[in-house]
Amino acid sequence: MKATWVERLTDAAIVTFLWVFRLVIVVVVVVGSFLTLASGRYSAEVWIGLVVSGASLGSIYALMALGYTMVYGILRMINFAHGEIFMAGAFAGYFTAITLDEFGMLNANPLLSVLSVLIMILVAMAVSTALALLVERIAYRPLRNAPRLVPLISAIGASFFLQYTFRGFFGPGIYAYPSVTVLSERIPLPLITMRWVDALVIVSALAMMTGLYLFVMRSKLGTAIRAVSEDKSTAALMGIDVNRAIVTTFALGAAMAGAAGVLYALMFRQIFFFSGFVPGIKAFTAAVLGGIGNVPGAMLGGLFLGQVESIGPTLFLDGFGVPSPNQLKDVIAFTMLVLVLVFRPSGILGERVARDRA
Amino acid sequence: MTSELMLAQPASRERWLGVLRVGLLGGIIAVYLALVGIVPRFDERPLVSGVISLGQTALVLTMAGAGSMAARRAPAGRRPVIGAGALAGAITGGFVTLLVIVGAAVDLRAFMLNASPRLYDLLTFGLGVSGSWIPTAVGGLIGAGAGALYVVPTRVRTPVGWGLIAVVALGLFAGLLRTPLLTSGLSQLARFLFAPEGLTPVGAVIVFVLATALHVARGPAAVARRMDALPARQRRAVFAAGGVFGLLLVFVMPLALGGFFAQVIALVALYVLMGLGLNITLGLAGLLDLGFVAFFAVGAYTVGLLTSTAEFGIAQWPFWAAVPIAVLLAMAFGAFLGLPILGIRGDYLAIATLGFGEIIRILAGSDLMKGVLGGPRGIINIPKPISVAPDHFLSGATQIYYIALVCAAVIAFVAWRLRASRLGRAWVAIREDEDVAEALGISLVQTKLLAYMLGAAFAGLGGAIFAGLVGSIFSSSIQLFVSINVAALIIVGGMGSIPGVVVGAIFLIGIPELFREFSEYRFLFYGIALIAMMRYRPEGLLPSRIVGRELHVPENESPAYLPAGEPLGR
Repeated sequence: MKATWVERLTDAAIVTFLWVFRLVIVVVVVVGSFLTLASGRYSAEVWIGLVVSGASLGSIYALMALGYTMVYGILRMINFAHGEIFMAGAFAGYFTAITLDEFGMLNANPLLSVLSVLIMILVAMAVSTALALLVERIAYRPLRNAPRLVPLISAIGASFFLQYTFRGFFGPGIYAYPSVTVLSERIPLPLITMRWVDALVIVSALAMMTGLYLFVMRSKLGTAIRAVSEDKSTAALMGIDVNRAIVTTFALGAAMAGAAGVLYALMFRQIFFFSGFVPGIKAFTAAVLGGIGNVPGAMLGGLFLGQVESIGPTLFLDGFGVPSPNQLKDVIAFTMLVLVLVFRPSGILGERVARDRA
Repeated sequence: MTSELMLAQPASRERWLGVLRVGLLGGIIAVYLALVGIVPRFDERPLVSGVISLGQTALVLTMAGAGSMAARRAPAGRRPVIGAGALAGAITGGFVTLLVIVGAAVDLRAFMLNASPRLYDLLTFGLGVSGSWIPTAVGGLIGAGAGALYVVPTRVRTPVGWGLIAVVALGLFAGLLRTPLLTSGLSQLARFLFAPEGLTPVGAVIVFVLATALHVARGPAAVARRMDALPARQRRAVFAAGGVFGLLLVFVMPLALGGFFAQVIALVALYVLMGLGLNITLGLAGLLDLGFVAFFAVGAYTVGLLTSTAEFGIAQWPFWAAVPIAVLLAMAFGAFLGLPILGIRGDYLAIATLGFGEIIRILAGSDLMKGVLGGPRGIINIPKPISVAPDHFLSGATQIYYIALVCAAVIAFVAWRLRASRLGRAWVAIREDEDVAEALGISLVQTKLLAYMLGAAFAGLGGAIFAGLVGSIFSSSIQLFVSINVAALIIVGGMGSIPGVVVGAIFLIGIPELFREFSEYRFLFYGIALIAMMRYRPEGLLPSRIVGRELHVPENESPAYLPAGEPLGR
């Protein structure tokens, strides 16, 4: 069909608009960074501090993003309730922590503190996994064959159900996480301002991600998962238990999210029933950023997003004289999401899924 | 019960296991209801004054539900059916008993906010731990009763069921019905039937007997039969009369019930308006837009800035001059936000629009925009659309109700006319299959953009009217839940269907606004409703025909990767 001139005009307008959009973003980033750096208001130490907190935040996003990316890879579905699984892990960790604190274990000595944190993480992983399997069974499994929008809406429903169940159980108030004194101390390093908690977050996140990566790439079940996400029916024909692969995927993602929940709560020291929502969307952004369906991509995307969110407000906006730029860190993260979706929907590393989506 | 289990034939063992499962499920639900706070919170509203509260009704309904589900699974025969009901009910109650016993031994309150002694008193009808057997006994009795309903013939079951439904419904709306009755000449009757909240015990009996009798007399069935017997022309006349009566009812409702109720239905009408707007985007074109609040904010702030006589107002225009600007601006915003993202597909679009909603929300509350939009202090003194004396019948929320109603009617008309147009068919084609639609020469981005912009325009209109309703606009009014409300009411009501939007708005907006207890658990119910709708009725309560066909997975089409004999959804 020949395009009418109206259609051609709108097409041209769209292309122009997208270019202007790109240009504006680039100008904001370049000019903003230049102005901020030229003003010299921030010392190197401040920047290093931002990079460190960006790295620990990014590791948490990366851990969560794994869940999004694996579930999307295998079911082509956005697990909207993933943020709530994360929040549930944080709550499980909280109750474990206060119980441990009652036994005087949490702050007895550094070794017991680390052990307590380990127990908290394990409990959180178990609780999150159980919850995620329940959600999968009730809200997702019956809808595997439905049109795309249907499981997404069901997932949104599951997300709200979990949030307000927690609100009903534990109230709308904010819970202050019990403090582990060792963790909030500074690591005695020259130049680098870093607390032990940052080190804990980064190291344990990296360890878990490595473990997961090895599991997915090397183990038999991991191979099955990859096979199922390539092609369900062929995998089934090869004798792979598709259901088991899908359930394992959910369990792995949820365990990572539960651990991330505890780490996040140890960093920010407070949780409430809604505290999984925004990190959830951001972790999804990280997954898209890295290329959805791609495990190393999710890690990379998370770390990148953490840096952008941590450094971005100061670097890009402060130079323009924007008041309290840190209020706008979520704006930057969400703008990143839109930018990635528009200009590189296949993400940094993703090629595979891009074909049937973009 | 055990003897029955032992005696059961091997073939019926499966069925008894099913009964046990139902009891287990019922027990989990009952404990959940108690701990999530629904039982204690709903206890504050009596259903039948002094006899039963809404909270206890929730528990009783769970037990009855378990009983009736179990009865349906039981082996045939009178005794097994009633027995199964009683067993499932007793197991359900048994979980509650267990909760009370555990709660007495361990202080659950350290973890669960609602596990208080008050809850245990409530669950045991005031006896505390010493009466912990009571829930089990009550559960058994109620379960048996529910099972018994399956033994008696339909002729008895249906009227009794309707009688109970009538009692619950009138008990809920008692407060609402009492006020107008008191002010009219019927105050005697009002006091006789209705307590300040809930029915009086006498009233409950009367309502039950009346509703049952009405059904025994085959009222509804007889009317339906008579209608069928009428010749077509007369039937149409009856329908027309009914329609006129309904319209009349819609128009006098805020005047008759007044005050708070007018406020609530004004809000419902506003959401109907926005629902119809999003219905074009979601229902016709299939674009799940979770950032509706962005355009709502644009509309509300535009009207606020242009009309306010207070600090941040810039023009002090009359309300009606500002509305078209607000709508146009929202539309322009829709184009601005839509252009970059409309190339991406369904589920990604949902997240991207959610991101937009959040961006706008954060910006509205940020220090950056505080000088222009007022931040948390907001823009106040927005004039009412129609300025009348305070005692005029159009004062307050009533005028907003009418305005929203008229706008909703206009939007409904536009949507209805658009659906059959070339553009509407293009939207439906895109919703069904983008690739095919594109191959047929439909320009995807342009067509989607039009749908997105129209939705944005109506969201802007909704925001503008909201600003007029409240008279002010704060950054805290711009919340994610506006988007979620609108999306949920369309999904529950039925995508692409105009009556569905109305029904969805009444259920999801009206009911929680009327009852404070519900409003606290509103999003919990939304969550359950969304999952349940997607599982059992993805086309919504009142679907449009095409969407229904599209979203329903054919029963016998199980996916290739599932082993044979395991149908989907089990």
